[in-house]
Amino acid sequence: MKKLEVSAIEEGTVIDQIASKSTFKVANILNIQDIDQVVLIGFNLSSKKLGRKGIIKIGGKLLTQEEVNKISLIAPDATVNIIKDSEVVKKFKVAIPDSIEEFLKCFNPNCVSNHQKIQSRFHVINKNPIRIRCHYCERHMGEDDIELV
Amino acid sequence: MISLKSKDIISILDFTKEEILYILDLSKRMEKEGSSDILKGKVLANLFFEPSTRTRLSFETAMKRLGGEVVGFDELGKTSTVKGESLRDSVKIIEGYCDIIVLRHFLEGASRLTADSVNIPVINAGDGASQHPTQTFVDLYTIKKVKGKLENLSIGFLGDLKYGRTAHSLAYAMANFNAEMYFISPPSLRIPKDYLEELESRNVSYHEVESINEVSSKLDILYCTRIQKERFADPVEYEKVRGIYKLSKSVMDELNVKDDLKILHPLPRVDEMDESLDATSYAVYFQQAHSGIPVRETLLATVLGAIQ
Repeated sequence: MKKLEVSAIEEGTVIDQIASKSTFKVANILNIQDIDQVVLIGFNLSSKKLGRKGIIKIGGKLLTQEEVNKISLIAPDATVNIIKDSEVVKKFKVAIPDSIEEFLKCFNPNCVSNHQKIQSRFHVINKNPIRIRCHYCERHMGEDDIELV
Repeated sequence: MISLKSKDIISILDFTKEEILYILDLSKRMEKEGSSDILKGKVLANLFFEPSTRTRLSFETAMKRLGGEVVGFDELGKTSTVKGESLRDSVKIIEGYCDIIVLRHFLEGASRLTADSVNIPVINAGDGASQHPTQTFVDLYTIKKVKGKLENLSIGFLGDLKYGRTAHSLAYAMANFNAEMYFISPPSLRIPKDYLEELESRNVSYHEVESINEVSSKLDILYCTRIQKERFADPVEYEKVRGIYKLSKSVMDELNVKDDLKILHPLPRVDEMDESLDATSYAVYFQQAHSGIPVRETLLATVLGAIQ
Protein backbone atom coordinates (compact mmCIF):
# COMPACT_ATOMS: atom_id res chain seq x y z
CA MET A 1 0.00 0.00 0.00
CA LYS A 2 1.27 3.43 -0.96
CA LYS A 3 2.36 5.45 2.04
CA LEU A 4 0.66 8.85 2.20
CA GLU A 5 3.01 11.80 2.60
CA VAL A 6 0.12 13.84 4.05
CA SER A 7 -2.34 12.00 6.24
CA ALA A 8 -5.83 11.23 4.99
CA ILE A 9 -8.99 12.95 6.23
CA GLU A 10 -12.36 11.31 6.78
CA GLU A 11 -14.67 14.13 5.65
CA GLY A 12 -13.87 17.28 3.70
CA THR A 13 -11.93 18.41 0.65
CA VAL A 14 -8.51 17.59 -0.74
CA ILE A 15 -6.97 20.00 -3.22
CA ASP A 16 -4.24 18.18 -5.08
CA GLN A 17 -1.89 18.93 -7.97
CA ILE A 18 -1.19 22.48 -6.85
CA ALA A 19 2.06 23.83 -8.31
CA SER A 20 4.28 23.84 -5.24
CA LYS A 21 5.04 27.57 -5.35
CA SER A 22 1.29 28.31 -5.29
CA THR A 23 0.42 26.14 -2.30
CA PHE A 24 0.29 28.92 0.26
CA LYS A 25 -1.52 31.27 -2.13
CA VAL A 26 -4.26 28.63 -2.35
CA ALA A 27 -4.21 28.32 1.44
CA ASN A 28 -4.71 32.08 1.65
CA ILE A 29 -7.68 31.94 -0.74
CA LEU A 30 -9.30 29.42 1.62
CA ASN A 31 -8.61 31.53 4.73
CA ILE A 32 -7.35 28.43 6.51
CA GLN A 33 -6.44 30.46 9.57
CA ASP A 34 -10.17 30.80 10.25
CA ILE A 35 -10.95 27.09 9.90
CA ASP A 36 -11.41 25.25 13.19
CA GLN A 37 -11.11 21.73 11.78
CA VAL A 38 -8.10 19.73 10.66
CA VAL A 39 -6.02 21.32 7.89
CA LEU A 40 -3.07 19.44 6.45
CA ILE A 41 -0.70 21.10 4.03
CA GLY A 42 2.10 19.46 2.11
CA PHE A 43 4.36 21.04 -0.44
CA ASN A 44 7.46 20.17 -2.41
CA LEU A 45 5.97 16.69 -2.75
CA SER A 46 7.08 14.72 -5.77
CA SER A 47 4.69 14.74 -8.72
CA LYS A 48 5.03 13.05 -12.10
CA LYS A 49 2.96 15.80 -13.69
CA LEU A 50 4.27 18.93 -11.99
CA GLY A 51 7.71 17.87 -10.73
CA ARG A 52 6.89 19.24 -7.30
CA LYS A 53 3.40 19.78 -6.05
CA GLY A 54 1.44 20.97 -3.09
CA ILE A 55 -1.61 19.40 -1.47
CA ILE A 56 -4.10 20.82 1.01
CA LYS A 57 -6.55 18.69 2.99
CA ILE A 58 -9.30 20.44 4.91
CA GLY A 59 -11.61 18.61 7.26
CA GLY A 60 -15.35 19.31 7.02
CA LYS A 61 -15.20 21.89 4.26
CA LEU A 62 -16.75 22.06 0.81
CA LEU A 63 -15.40 24.71 -1.53
CA THR A 64 -17.62 27.46 -2.90
CA GLN A 65 -17.68 28.10 -6.66
CA GLU A 66 -15.90 31.40 -6.07
CA GLU A 67 -13.12 29.61 -4.19
CA VAL A 68 -12.78 27.09 -7.03
CA ASN A 69 -12.63 29.94 -9.56
CA LYS A 70 -9.97 31.72 -7.55
CA ILE A 71 -7.90 28.55 -7.22
CA SER A 72 -8.13 27.97 -10.98
CA LEU A 73 -6.31 31.25 -11.59
CA ILE A 74 -3.50 30.51 -9.13
CA ALA A 75 -3.24 26.74 -9.65
CA PRO A 76 -4.79 25.83 -13.01
CA ASP A 77 -3.74 22.16 -12.74
CA ALA A 78 -5.32 21.63 -9.32
CA THR A 79 -7.82 18.86 -8.71
CA VAL A 80 -10.51 18.93 -6.05
CA ASN A 81 -11.52 15.72 -4.25
CA ILE A 82 -14.60 15.59 -2.05
CA ILE A 83 -14.13 13.05 0.75
CA LYS A 84 -16.89 11.27 2.69
CA ASP A 85 -16.29 8.36 5.06
CA SER A 86 -12.64 8.35 3.94
CA GLU A 87 -13.69 7.73 0.31
CA VAL A 88 -13.39 10.08 -2.66
CA VAL A 89 -17.02 10.66 -3.69
CA LYS A 90 -16.37 13.35 -6.28
CA LYS A 91 -13.26 14.48 -8.12
CA PHE A 92 -12.88 17.31 -10.58
CA LYS A 93 -10.21 19.52 -12.08
CA VAL A 94 -10.57 23.23 -11.50
CA ALA A 95 -11.60 25.12 -14.63
CA ILE A 96 -10.84 28.72 -15.44
CA PRO A 97 -14.14 30.52 -16.08
CA ASP A 98 -14.70 32.54 -19.28
CA SER A 99 -15.29 35.70 -17.33
CA ILE A 100 -14.37 36.81 -13.84
CA GLU A 101 -16.12 39.32 -11.64
CA GLU A 102 -15.31 40.93 -8.36
CA PHE A 103 -12.45 38.94 -6.84
CA LEU A 104 -9.59 40.21 -9.00
CA LYS A 105 -7.95 43.59 -8.98
CA CYS A 106 -6.90 45.20 -12.26
CA PHE A 107 -3.14 45.74 -12.25
CA ASN A 108 -3.48 49.05 -14.10
CA PRO A 109 -3.40 51.81 -11.45
CA ASN A 110 -5.17 54.16 -13.86
CA CYS A 111 -8.06 51.76 -14.51
CA VAL A 112 -11.45 53.14 -13.57
CA SER A 113 -12.17 49.96 -11.59
CA ASN A 114 -9.45 50.99 -9.12
CA HIS A 115 -10.95 54.44 -8.55
CA GLN A 116 -14.72 53.96 -8.52
CA LYS A 117 -16.83 51.73 -6.29
CA ILE A 118 -17.57 49.13 -8.95
CA GLN A 119 -17.03 45.41 -9.35
CA SER A 120 -13.99 44.56 -11.39
CA ARG A 121 -14.73 42.49 -14.52
CA PHE A 122 -12.39 40.48 -16.70
CA HIS A 123 -12.64 38.40 -19.85
CA VAL A 124 -10.42 35.32 -20.11
CA ILE A 125 -8.72 35.47 -23.51
CA ASN A 126 -6.36 32.52 -23.04
CA LYS A 127 -6.44 29.75 -20.45
CA ASN A 128 -2.99 28.23 -20.84
CA PRO A 129 -0.99 30.30 -20.19
CA ILE A 130 -3.62 32.41 -18.56
CA ARG A 131 -4.25 35.85 -20.07
CA ILE A 132 -7.18 37.96 -19.03
CA ARG A 133 -8.43 41.32 -20.32
CA CYS A 134 -9.93 43.96 -18.08
CA HIS A 135 -13.48 44.72 -19.20
CA TYR A 136 -12.92 48.41 -18.52
CA CYS A 137 -9.38 49.43 -19.48
CA GLU A 138 -8.74 46.44 -21.81
CA ARG A 139 -5.25 45.87 -20.40
CA HIS A 140 -4.07 42.27 -20.42
CA MET A 141 -2.92 40.46 -17.29
CA GLY A 142 -0.90 37.27 -17.01
CA GLU A 143 -0.22 34.90 -14.12
CA ASP A 144 2.32 37.24 -12.52
CA ASP A 145 -0.04 40.22 -12.63
CA ILE A 146 -2.98 38.50 -10.98
CA GLU A 147 -3.87 39.94 -7.60
CA LEU A 148 -6.83 38.42 -5.79
CA VAL A 149 -8.92 40.56 -3.49
CA MET B 1 -27.52 44.59 -43.27
CA ILE B 2 -25.29 46.54 -40.90
CA SER B 3 -27.05 48.73 -38.35
CA LEU B 4 -25.12 50.70 -35.78
CA LYS B 5 -28.12 52.45 -34.23
CA SER B 6 -27.70 52.73 -30.44
CA LYS B 7 -24.20 51.20 -30.61
CA ASP B 8 -21.64 52.58 -28.19
CA ILE B 9 -18.29 53.63 -29.64
CA ILE B 10 -15.87 52.68 -26.88
CA SER B 11 -13.05 50.66 -28.40
CA ILE B 12 -12.08 49.93 -31.97
CA LEU B 13 -12.02 46.27 -30.90
CA ASP B 14 -15.82 46.41 -30.73
CA PHE B 15 -16.03 46.93 -34.50
CA THR B 16 -15.77 44.34 -37.23
CA LYS B 17 -13.92 45.11 -40.43
CA GLU B 18 -17.26 45.37 -42.23
CA GLU B 19 -18.57 47.89 -39.69
CA ILE B 20 -15.40 49.97 -40.01
CA LEU B 21 -15.70 50.07 -43.80
CA TYR B 22 -19.39 50.87 -43.51
CA ILE B 23 -18.64 53.92 -41.33
CA LEU B 24 -15.92 55.08 -43.72
CA ASP B 25 -18.31 54.79 -46.67
CA LEU B 26 -20.98 56.76 -44.81
CA SER B 27 -18.35 59.39 -43.90
CA LYS B 28 -17.42 59.78 -47.55
CA ARG B 29 -21.07 60.28 -48.40
CA MET B 30 -21.45 62.77 -45.53
CA GLU B 31 -18.46 64.79 -46.74
CA LYS B 32 -19.74 64.80 -50.32
CA GLU B 33 -23.36 65.60 -49.61
CA GLY B 34 -22.70 68.08 -46.81
CA SER B 35 -24.54 68.65 -43.57
CA SER B 36 -28.28 68.84 -43.04
CA ASP B 37 -30.68 69.07 -40.12
CA ILE B 38 -30.96 65.33 -39.50
CA LEU B 39 -30.18 65.67 -35.77
CA LYS B 40 -32.58 68.55 -35.12
CA GLY B 41 -34.10 68.18 -31.67
CA LYS B 42 -31.28 65.91 -30.42
CA VAL B 43 -28.98 66.94 -27.58
CA LEU B 44 -25.35 65.89 -27.21
CA ALA B 45 -23.72 66.00 -23.77
CA ASN B 46 -20.00 66.70 -24.19
CA LEU B 47 -18.50 65.49 -20.90
CA PHE B 48 -14.81 66.38 -20.87
CA PHE B 49 -13.21 65.47 -17.55
CA GLU B 50 -9.83 66.12 -19.16
CA PRO B 51 -8.84 69.09 -21.32
CA SER B 52 -9.27 68.87 -25.07
CA THR B 53 -9.69 71.45 -27.76
CA ARG B 54 -9.99 69.81 -31.13
CA THR B 55 -11.91 66.68 -30.17
CA ARG B 56 -14.43 68.63 -28.10
CA LEU B 57 -14.86 71.34 -30.71
CA SER B 58 -15.11 68.89 -33.57
CA PHE B 59 -17.91 66.98 -31.82
CA GLU B 60 -19.62 70.25 -31.04
CA THR B 61 -19.27 71.45 -34.62
CA ALA B 62 -20.42 68.10 -36.01
CA MET B 63 -23.53 68.07 -33.81
CA LYS B 64 -24.45 71.69 -34.59
CA ARG B 65 -23.92 71.24 -38.32
CA LEU B 66 -26.47 68.43 -38.21
CA GLY B 67 -28.97 70.66 -36.44
CA GLY B 68 -28.47 69.29 -32.91
CA GLU B 69 -27.77 71.00 -29.61
CA VAL B 70 -24.74 70.63 -27.33
CA VAL B 71 -24.46 70.86 -23.55
CA GLY B 72 -21.54 69.89 -21.36
CA PHE B 73 -18.37 70.91 -19.56
CA ASP B 74 -14.68 70.85 -20.25
CA GLU B 75 -13.10 70.89 -16.81
CA LEU B 76 -13.20 68.49 -13.91
CA GLY B 77 -13.51 71.43 -11.52
CA LYS B 78 -16.93 72.33 -12.95
CA THR B 79 -18.45 68.92 -12.16
CA SER B 80 -20.00 67.22 -9.16
CA THR B 81 -17.01 64.87 -9.17
CA VAL B 82 -15.22 67.39 -6.98
CA LYS B 83 -18.08 66.95 -4.46
CA GLY B 84 -17.39 63.23 -4.43
CA GLU B 85 -20.10 62.06 -6.83
CA SER B 86 -19.33 58.80 -8.59
CA LEU B 87 -18.97 58.73 -12.36
CA ARG B 88 -21.86 56.26 -12.58
CA ASP B 89 -24.20 58.60 -10.69
CA SER B 90 -23.10 61.61 -12.74
CA VAL B 91 -23.76 59.96 -16.10
CA LYS B 92 -27.04 58.37 -14.99
CA ILE B 93 -28.32 61.84 -14.13
CA ILE B 94 -26.98 63.44 -17.31
CA GLU B 95 -28.56 60.61 -19.33
CA GLY B 96 -31.92 62.20 -18.56
CA TYR B 97 -30.87 65.49 -20.15
CA CYS B 98 -29.58 64.32 -23.51
CA ASP B 99 -29.73 61.78 -26.35
CA ILE B 100 -26.05 60.89 -26.60
CA ILE B 101 -22.95 61.23 -24.42
CA VAL B 102 -19.43 62.00 -25.63
CA LEU B 103 -16.97 61.39 -22.83
CA ARG B 104 -13.31 62.12 -22.31
CA HIS B 105 -11.82 61.02 -19.03
CA PHE B 106 -8.40 60.64 -17.44
CA LEU B 107 -9.24 57.15 -16.14
CA GLU B 108 -8.92 54.20 -18.48
CA GLY B 109 -12.18 52.34 -18.92
CA ALA B 110 -14.32 55.31 -17.86
CA SER B 111 -16.18 55.22 -21.17
CA ARG B 112 -16.96 51.51 -20.84
CA LEU B 113 -18.26 52.11 -17.33
CA THR B 114 -20.42 54.96 -18.64
CA ALA B 115 -21.78 52.82 -21.49
CA ASP B 116 -22.61 50.04 -19.00
CA SER B 117 -24.45 52.55 -16.79
CA VAL B 118 -26.74 54.34 -19.24
CA ASN B 119 -29.22 53.39 -21.97
CA ILE B 120 -28.27 56.05 -24.52
CA PRO B 121 -25.28 55.75 -26.90
CA VAL B 122 -21.86 56.66 -25.48
CA ILE B 123 -18.90 57.75 -27.55
CA ASN B 124 -15.41 57.49 -26.09
CA ALA B 125 -13.47 60.66 -26.89
CA GLY B 126 -10.32 59.31 -25.20
CA ASP B 127 -9.87 57.60 -21.86
CA GLY B 128 -6.46 57.87 -20.23
CA ALA B 129 -3.83 56.10 -22.31
CA SER B 130 -6.29 53.51 -23.51
CA GLN B 131 -8.43 54.08 -26.60
CA HIS B 132 -9.54 56.95 -28.82
CA PRO B 133 -11.76 55.22 -31.37
CA THR B 134 -13.25 58.28 -33.12
CA GLN B 135 -9.74 59.56 -33.85
CA THR B 136 -9.07 56.14 -35.33
CA PHE B 137 -12.02 56.45 -37.69
CA VAL B 138 -10.64 59.86 -38.70
CA ASP B 139 -7.19 58.32 -39.24
CA LEU B 140 -8.58 55.42 -41.28
CA TYR B 141 -10.71 57.78 -43.35
CA THR B 142 -7.63 59.90 -44.10
CA ILE B 143 -5.46 56.90 -44.97
CA LYS B 144 -8.12 55.52 -47.31
CA LYS B 145 -8.51 58.92 -48.92
CA VAL B 146 -4.81 59.60 -49.51
CA LYS B 147 -3.74 56.03 -50.38
CA GLY B 148 -6.94 54.90 -52.09
CA LYS B 149 -7.02 51.73 -49.99
CA LEU B 150 -6.50 50.34 -46.52
CA GLU B 151 -5.30 46.84 -47.42
CA ASN B 152 -1.65 45.74 -47.47
CA LEU B 153 -0.04 48.99 -46.32
CA SER B 154 3.20 49.37 -44.37
CA ILE B 155 2.60 51.74 -41.49
CA GLY B 156 5.14 53.19 -39.07
CA PHE B 157 4.08 54.43 -35.66
CA LEU B 158 6.55 57.00 -34.32
CA GLY B 159 7.01 58.54 -30.88
CA ASP B 160 5.13 57.82 -27.69
CA LEU B 161 3.78 54.34 -28.25
CA LYS B 162 3.44 53.62 -24.54
CA TYR B 163 0.86 56.26 -23.69
CA GLY B 164 -0.26 57.23 -27.20
CA ARG B 165 -3.85 56.01 -27.27
CA THR B 166 -4.38 57.03 -30.90
CA ALA B 167 -1.52 54.76 -31.95
CA HIS B 168 -2.97 51.87 -29.93
CA SER B 169 -6.39 52.23 -31.50
CA LEU B 170 -5.05 52.65 -35.02
CA ALA B 171 -2.80 49.59 -34.71
CA TYR B 172 -5.82 47.50 -33.68
CA ALA B 173 -7.85 48.88 -36.57
CA MET B 174 -5.12 48.32 -39.18
CA ALA B 175 -4.87 44.71 -37.99
CA ASN B 176 -8.04 44.19 -40.04
CA PHE B 177 -6.31 45.21 -43.25
CA ASN B 178 -3.22 43.03 -43.44
CA ALA B 179 -0.90 45.89 -42.50
CA GLU B 180 2.83 45.51 -41.90
CA MET B 181 3.53 47.51 -38.74
CA TYR B 182 6.72 49.23 -37.57
CA PHE B 183 6.76 50.58 -34.02
CA ILE B 184 9.47 53.24 -33.76
CA SER B 185 10.11 54.51 -30.23
CA PRO B 186 12.74 54.85 -27.52
CA PRO B 187 12.86 51.81 -25.20
CA SER B 188 11.03 53.68 -22.42
CA LEU B 189 8.07 54.44 -24.69
CA ARG B 190 7.62 51.09 -26.41
CA ILE B 191 4.13 49.90 -27.19
CA PRO B 192 2.82 47.86 -24.21
CA LYS B 193 2.99 44.10 -24.43
CA ASP B 194 -0.80 43.79 -24.32
CA TYR B 195 -1.20 45.47 -27.66
CA LEU B 196 1.47 43.31 -29.26
CA GLU B 197 -0.24 40.20 -27.89
CA GLU B 198 -3.51 41.28 -29.45
CA LEU B 199 -1.74 41.88 -32.78
CA GLU B 200 -0.02 38.50 -32.56
CA SER B 201 -3.35 36.79 -31.93
CA ARG B 202 -4.52 38.34 -35.20
CA ASN B 203 -1.36 37.24 -37.07
CA VAL B 204 -0.14 40.78 -37.68
CA SER B 205 3.44 41.16 -38.83
CA TYR B 206 5.16 43.85 -36.74
CA HIS B 207 8.66 45.13 -35.95
CA GLU B 208 9.94 47.23 -33.06
CA VAL B 209 12.85 49.60 -33.76
CA GLU B 210 14.38 52.70 -32.18
CA SER B 211 15.41 54.61 -35.28
CA ILE B 212 13.26 55.61 -38.22
CA ASN B 213 16.32 55.30 -40.50
CA GLU B 214 16.12 51.52 -40.21
CA VAL B 215 12.65 51.30 -41.71
CA SER B 216 11.83 54.57 -43.49
CA SER B 217 12.15 53.13 -47.00
CA LYS B 218 9.44 50.55 -46.31
CA LEU B 219 6.69 52.89 -45.14
CA ASP B 220 3.52 53.90 -46.97
CA ILE B 221 2.20 55.72 -43.91
CA LEU B 222 4.06 57.31 -41.01
CA TYR B 223 1.85 57.96 -37.99
CA CYS B 224 3.59 60.47 -35.69
CA THR B 225 2.56 61.02 -32.13
CA ARG B 226 3.41 63.67 -29.59
CA ILE B 227 5.39 62.67 -26.54
CA GLN B 228 2.79 63.59 -23.95
CA LYS B 229 4.30 65.47 -21.04
CA GLU B 230 1.08 65.15 -19.03
CA ARG B 231 1.33 61.34 -18.97
CA PHE B 232 4.74 61.29 -17.23
CA ALA B 233 4.72 61.00 -13.45
CA ASP B 234 8.43 61.86 -13.37
CA PRO B 235 9.49 65.04 -15.25
CA VAL B 236 13.05 63.70 -15.47
CA GLU B 237 11.79 60.77 -17.53
CA TYR B 238 10.00 63.20 -19.84
CA GLU B 239 13.12 65.28 -20.36
CA LYS B 240 15.07 62.15 -21.33
CA VAL B 241 12.83 61.50 -24.33
CA ARG B 242 11.59 64.98 -25.16
CA GLY B 243 12.45 65.95 -28.72
CA ILE B 244 13.99 62.56 -29.49
CA TYR B 245 12.33 62.52 -32.91
CA LYS B 246 12.23 65.67 -35.00
CA LEU B 247 10.91 65.46 -38.51
CA SER B 248 11.50 68.38 -40.85
CA LYS B 249 11.80 68.94 -44.58
CA SER B 250 15.58 68.58 -44.39
CA VAL B 251 15.31 65.36 -42.35
CA MET B 252 12.89 63.96 -44.92
CA ASP B 253 15.24 64.97 -47.76
CA GLU B 254 17.97 62.89 -46.16
CA LEU B 255 15.82 59.90 -45.27
CA ASN B 256 15.27 57.17 -47.80
CA VAL B 257 11.48 57.23 -48.17
CA LYS B 258 8.90 56.37 -50.80
CA ASP B 259 7.77 59.36 -52.91
CA ASP B 260 4.16 58.71 -51.97
CA LEU B 261 4.76 58.36 -48.23
CA LYS B 262 2.10 60.19 -46.23
CA ILE B 263 2.61 61.51 -42.70
CA LEU B 264 -0.32 61.64 -40.28
CA HIS B 265 -0.43 63.12 -36.80
CA PRO B 266 -3.46 63.37 -34.50
CA LEU B 267 -2.20 66.83 -33.38
CA PRO B 268 -1.39 68.87 -31.39
CA ARG B 269 2.31 68.67 -32.18
CA VAL B 270 5.11 70.00 -30.05
CA ASP B 271 8.56 69.62 -31.58
CA GLU B 272 8.30 66.25 -33.32
CA MET B 273 7.30 67.82 -36.65
CA ASP B 274 8.79 71.07 -37.85
CA GLU B 275 6.58 73.52 -39.75
CA SER B 276 8.90 73.13 -42.76
CA LEU B 277 7.28 69.73 -43.22
CA ASP B 278 3.83 71.25 -43.76
CA ALA B 279 4.36 72.23 -47.37
CA THR B 280 5.81 68.87 -48.43
CA SER B 281 3.79 66.25 -50.28
CA TYR B 282 4.14 63.95 -47.28
CA ALA B 283 2.09 66.08 -44.87
CA VAL B 284 -1.59 65.22 -44.66
CA TYR B 285 -2.20 65.99 -40.99
CA PHE B 286 -4.25 69.13 -41.53
CA GLN B 287 -6.40 67.28 -44.04
CA GLN B 288 -6.67 64.57 -41.37
CA ALA B 289 -7.81 67.12 -38.76
CA HIS B 290 -10.46 68.51 -41.13
CA SER B 291 -11.80 65.01 -41.75
CA GLY B 292 -12.76 64.98 -38.10
CA ILE B 293 -15.98 66.81 -38.89
CA PRO B 294 -17.58 64.53 -41.53
CA VAL B 295 -16.42 61.43 -39.65
CA ARG B 296 -17.82 62.60 -36.32
CA GLU B 297 -21.01 63.81 -38.02
CA THR B 298 -21.35 60.30 -39.41
CA LEU B 299 -20.71 58.61 -36.07
CA LEU B 300 -23.26 60.80 -34.28
CA ALA B 301 -25.89 60.39 -36.98
CA THR B 302 -25.32 56.65 -37.26
CA VAL B 303 -25.62 55.73 -33.60
CA LEU B 304 -28.59 58.09 -33.25
CA GLY B 305 -30.25 56.24 -36.11
CA ALA B 306 -30.50 59.27 -38.42
CA ILE B 307 -28.57 57.67 -41.29
CA GLN B 308 -27.74 54.20 -42.45
